[in-house]
Amino acid sequence: MADAAAGIDRPDDMENRILGPGQDSVSITDKIGSVPYGSTPKWIFAIWGVGLLLVMLLQYSIVKLLFEGTGIWGLNVPVAWGFAIINLVWWIGIGHAGTLISAILLLLNQQWRTSINRFAEAMTLFAVACAVMFPLLHTGRPWLAAYWLLPYPNTMGMWPNFRSPLIWDVFAISTYGTVSLMFWFVGLVPDFGTMRDRAKNRFLRILYGFLSMGWRGSARHWHNYEKAYLLLAGLSTPLVLSVHSVISFDFSVSQLPGWHATIFPPYFVAGAIFAGFAMVLLLAIPVRKTFHLEAFITTRHLQNMANLMLVTGLIVSYGYASEFFFAWYSGNPFEIFAITENRPFGPYRYHWYALIFCNFLAIQTLWFKKVRTSTTWLWIISFIVTIGMWLERFVIVVLSLHRDFLPSSWDMYTGSRWDWGLYLGTIGFFLCLMFLFVRFVPMIAMFEMKMLLPGSKVRGEHHD
Amino acid sequence: MTSHHHHDAEDRQLTAMRERLAEARGPKFWRSFEELADTPEFQEVLHREFPRQASEWHEGLDRRRFLSLAGASLGMAGLTACTKQPLEKIVPYVRQPEELVPGRPLYFATAMPLAGYAVGLLAESHMGRPTKIEGNPDHPASLGATGVFAQASVLELYDPDRSQTLTHHGRIRGWGALLAELGAVGGAAKAEGGRGLRILTGDVTSPTLSGLFGELLEEMPEARWHRFETAGRDAVRQGVSDAFGEPLEARYDFTAADVVVAIDSDFLSSGPGAVRYAKDFSSRRRVADPSQASGMSRLYAVESVPTATSTVADHRLVLSPTKVARFTLALAARLGVAGVTAPDGDDEKVAAWVEEVAADLLAHRGTGLVVAGEQTDPEVQVLVHAINDVLDNLGTTVLLSDPVADETPASFAELLADMEAGEVDMLLILGTNPVYGAGADQDVAAALAKVGTTVHLGLYVDETGAQCHWHVPEAHYLESWNDARAFDGTASIGQPLIEPLYGGKTAAELIAALLGRGVVPADDLVREHWQTWWQENGDGGDFDGFWRRSLHDGYVAASELPPREAVLQASAVSDAASAIAGRTVGDLELLFRPDPDVFDGRFANNPWLQECPKPITKLTWDNALLMSPKTARDLGFGDLVAGSDQDKRAPMAQLEAGGRSLSVPVWAVPGHADGTLTLHLGYGRTRCGRVGDGAGFDAGQVRTSETHWRISEGVSVTHDGGRYLLASTQDHHSMEGRHLVRMTDLDSYLHDPEHAGAWEHHGPVDISLMPEWPEGRHAWGMSIDLTSCTGCNACLVACQSENNIPTVGKEQVALGREMHWIRLDRYFTGDDADHVGSIVNQPVPCMQCEQAPCEVVCPVAATVHSDEGLNDMVYNRCVGTRYCSNNCPYKVRRFNFLLYQDFETPSLQLGRNPDVTVRSRGVMEKCTYCVQRINHARIEAKREDRKIRDGEVETACQQVCPSDAIVFGDISDPESRVSLAKDSPLDFTLLEELGNRPRTTYLGRVRNPNPALEEKLGGGHDEEAHHG
Repeated sequence: MADAAAGIDRPDDMENRILGPGQDSVSITDKIGSVPYGSTPKWIFAIWGVGLLLVMLLQYSIVKLLFEGTGIWGLNVPVAWGFAIINLVWWIGIGHAGTLISAILLLLNQQWRTSINRFAEAMTLFAVACAVMFPLLHTGRPWLAAYWLLPYPNTMGMWPNFRSPLIWDVFAISTYGTVSLMFWFVGLVPDFGTMRDRAKNRFLRILYGFLSMGWRGSARHWHNYEKAYLLLAGLSTPLVLSVHSVISFDFSVSQLPGWHATIFPPYFVAGAIFAGFAMVLLLAIPVRKTFHLEAFITTRHLQNMANLMLVTGLIVSYGYASEFFFAWYSGNPFEIFAITENRPFGPYRYHWYALIFCNFLAIQTLWFKKVRTSTTWLWIISFIVTIGMWLERFVIVVLSLHRDFLPSSWDMYTGSRWDWGLYLGTIGFFLCLMFLFVRFVPMIAMFEMKMLLPGSKVRGEHHD
Repeated sequence: MTSHHHHDAEDRQLTAMRERLAEARGPKFWRSFEELADTPEFQEVLHREFPRQASEWHEGLDRRRFLSLAGASLGMAGLTACTKQPLEKIVPYVRQPEELVPGRPLYFATAMPLAGYAVGLLAESHMGRPTKIEGNPDHPASLGATGVFAQASVLELYDPDRSQTLTHHGRIRGWGALLAELGAVGGAAKAEGGRGLRILTGDVTSPTLSGLFGELLEEMPEARWHRFETAGRDAVRQGVSDAFGEPLEARYDFTAADVVVAIDSDFLSSGPGAVRYAKDFSSRRRVADPSQASGMSRLYAVESVPTATSTVADHRLVLSPTKVARFTLALAARLGVAGVTAPDGDDEKVAAWVEEVAADLLAHRGTGLVVAGEQTDPEVQVLVHAINDVLDNLGTTVLLSDPVADETPASFAELLADMEAGEVDMLLILGTNPVYGAGADQDVAAALAKVGTTVHLGLYVDETGAQCHWHVPEAHYLESWNDARAFDGTASIGQPLIEPLYGGKTAAELIAALLGRGVVPADDLVREHWQTWWQENGDGGDFDGFWRRSLHDGYVAASELPPREAVLQASAVSDAASAIAGRTVGDLELLFRPDPDVFDGRFANNPWLQECPKPITKLTWDNALLMSPKTARDLGFGDLVAGSDQDKRAPMAQLEAGGRSLSVPVWAVPGHADGTLTLHLGYGRTRCGRVGDGAGFDAGQVRTSETHWRISEGVSVTHDGGRYLLASTQDHHSMEGRHLVRMTDLDSYLHDPEHAGAWEHHGPVDISLMPEWPEGRHAWGMSIDLTSCTGCNACLVACQSENNIPTVGKEQVALGREMHWIRLDRYFTGDDADHVGSIVNQPVPCMQCEQAPCEVVCPVAATVHSDEGLNDMVYNRCVGTRYCSNNCPYKVRRFNFLLYQDFETPSLQLGRNPDVTVRSRGVMEKCTYCVQRINHARIEAKREDRKIRDGEVETACQQVCPSDAIVFGDISDPESRVSLAKDSPLDFTLLEELGNRPRTTYLGRVRNPNPALEEKLGGGHDEEAHHG
């Protein structure tokens, strides 16, 4: 990685800047702070409207599900997990980029992260919010699952089964959600202070004043803040690796050919970061253009994210290759069938081909600088990768289940309209939350951006 | 014609009163003559809650009055709830009925007649409600087992769609009204010797009913009795009577048969003796103990359509029906049957078969047995009788006796002709359904319209009931007194388990009424008959003792028809031979068969049977035009076997036969004869109830009275472009080279029992990361013998009945959500779908793994291990993550994706097993080894301070199995039957390499091929390599 402050030191190197030219503290506050206080383009409301419609679909799908049961989905025996689990893994994976950017890149002192970290953290949080719906709703009796999966003391002395990976999921996801929320919120406190100070009416002043928790920007506040933020970063860092590892245990702990593989944890984590950066790009590119944030989210940012996508995408592709190799190497006929026969030649082969196209072939274009620096191409590739990562989970979940040990129970699976309804509904929910975030919260950390200014170099070094 | 039209008004009043009196049983009181006469006026007084003036308002309604009324009705709305509550008795028994202990079932012997023939049963009764059917171990047609129909019959009893009222032209009438009509008709008919009176029944073996008919025909010699069965045994009767020149019944002794040749015969799962035959046949195929294995019998199947019987055959020769007939001819000629010459032009394979089968039969003179299917041509049956005669099998393996069914009734065709000629004034149709079942050439509905008065007795207002003037609800066998004979003539007296739910009547009661005897309850009629019989045939002892013993035992001792001699008619044999030799055949031959699930359509409204995956095809809820994959390709339907993944909707075909046509979906069946089509009866019903209406396709639209079982000319099939969803429970036909059903042959097994199977063990399988479970008092285990299993589904339906398993409907089955706790996997072996070797069955219940993969992954500990090795399901703890199902390598767990149970219908609630939880939505369920039965036995054992004895607990599947393929017991007891079975060298574990250590293991399948035939056909041609 390039030197953190490179962009500022070399004003002519437009491509590698992490902050555009001609910015100062005032312009940063104006530019970023004006989004919540400024007027929003009308077409953004159209997206909000689409999001709301999808939220209605989400509500309808949930009510229908609760009244009629999981049978409205396309599930069966042998394919007892379908869209819900695919979507769970997909959403959790998407969230990972946020945590990675916030925590690991902070610890590694990658300053380019500052302009995208808040955005990515918000995305993490909203993705987790979408994700947690699925494990609950996918159960046959969510009204019981909602608390029976928690270890609460009760008169029957009945505890959850701690041997089950699903219980590990409960802890992994709830920890992840909580820490992500805290991290995101703590990072926002100084900016809420700024917003409070700039508020034009009493209501907003109180609202932002409440959220800023009495932030005055004193040295002591900054000291405490920096400590807390660093500690939370330290706490989040293992989560980046652990959450998706635990999710992958749902599969790898089982006996099923195609699931029962030791490569799953690293493979899932890489996949999650891959999907996460794709989603950050997918959202950041249009937002950057709409709110003219090119000075803050520079080509350097996009390039860096593209590079990370390429790296993690190649790790994921390596995962595919190693699955094939180890299936063959294991000599286990069930494993050989599941991976090397059923995936490329079975009835769902087109899903698998599409997966290879999206997650392996499409990202090869990122080797080219032209592609990495073109927002259009990056957006298209991110979109392809986002679909590809959904397909990957489809391939893992459905293709392994639908043809397991006994050919007598082999069957096919297709998502029903209610599967799609719930899935699209969470996308709408996510869009709505993102909209609210963009509309009401400074989407780029203003104070952190200011630290990138030449005048704040001293603090920047203190950071080191 | 009836005469009461001539009565004047006063007479009518008297008639009405007489009706009421006739209907009355026991002391009956009436308050007034109006009540006695049951006039409409009196009825009105009774049924209107308030006097006329109070409940009607003749004046207009002004605002004030409206408001006051509205207020009053609001106030009264609460009151009405108090006045109309039905009386519910919650008082416990003041005097406890003898033997009735709440919570403990009682068992009563009874018998189920099916198409006339009885199977002896024990019905389990909980607090006066029959809930489960078991076979009667002492009854010769059952020996403790049953088939699917008997198992499902308990649901038929509680079917809410059964007809519930006696109707005349669709209006509800009292039994008295019909009695009056019958009495009047009887009286009038008697005067004319019964002219114009006709009665139509199915096959009748009931001694009581025969007796009543005898009485009737004696009193009214002009009256006539006819019979009609949709899937009747006319061909069997004709075959035997042609062969021996007199009506006879042939039955078989498979225990004495070393070599069996089945000519298009499904003797193990269809026909009156099927359950017994399966018991007997499997008793000769028990090879778990190598020292006992040499007595294994050999079964050759020569057939067009694969059936349950084909799946246990040692050799299968698949031929079109006409070639099957020619094979029989060739075999008869080769065996030296007089008057028969071999047809020429048979191919090499058939010639080899004829040669070797004949040699084998000749080597087992007197201990061989050739069985012709019930649906084969009478000519084929004649030849088969001749073959058995020439082989001296008559009297050893084939026993001839007087016919079991009453042979008095005339044919249905004669009745139809008389009806059309207007010669029938009154027709009673008792428990048969000709409007649906008759041939396409017989317009029964039109003929019925020409009959003065028609009376229909049936469980349902079916197609026939809808065309008749009167409909009388029939009493189900579980709610009525009846009697019937089994396949060997053994008479059973069927006793009711419950009062008729809907006031149903039996055929005997109707005939008695026709005889002018008024209301005679069925128990009196049956008892009366047997009293007379006892006087003539008894040992002079006490009748009550005989009666009680017969009821208790479920059969009348020593009542089977004794075997007798008969002389083969040489002319019949040569006639049959020339008929077969001269048969002309078209390109396609069409066969009709009774359906393995709904039989002739009578069980079409039974969801257990509709959802029971048919042997071989695994289809549910529909029939289809079955053909071989090759024929399907030749006819332009493409590769249906390989295509099953992509599209569950089968192509529709236009079937033309004899100028009639039917639109029907096509289903390819590996192992089916090429150029042959099979269509099962019993579907396409229009009036059977909510379950069966519209299911499947009516074979009756192309089947005629002449072509009962086979159409060999003028059959064509064209693609009609449409597609139709068929719900099959198994889409994959091959084992995909996996070692799931292990096979060996008898010779290698006898030679080296320990290694014949050569099913290698995959290293140590007892290692596990998980700790061992502590050992309990017992260790339950199961062993399933794949040599015996015919895939008849009896276990599946028995399990459904025992464990309150819901049905889910066709669409849900198509989605892969059937709920059966035990399923019968069926695999075809051989090179490909066109070259099928064996067809094998593998029943798969929950394996009750010792290191169960389902238990580890359940997040709420809803599936846990018991110290006796059961993998228990805790339904009320289950939240339905379905992780257990994903991690179950056997996929035996079943999930309630929707609310499949019917919690609403009152009659269905009665039939449930009170010992088993009724599961709700969102809960996983699976086989429990019938834990409720184990617990019953445990309570008993604890009271007596002992362990549960071997054989004390029988699972439902084990108990019902006609082939005794399932053994259950304590594997910690080295002497238990299950331990002995597991000690067999044939014992193997399904997916042993996974290390789950299932408690259910299998006994490998042993074939007993004829080495000479094997050699001629080129070794393993008939069979896939054993471990391939």
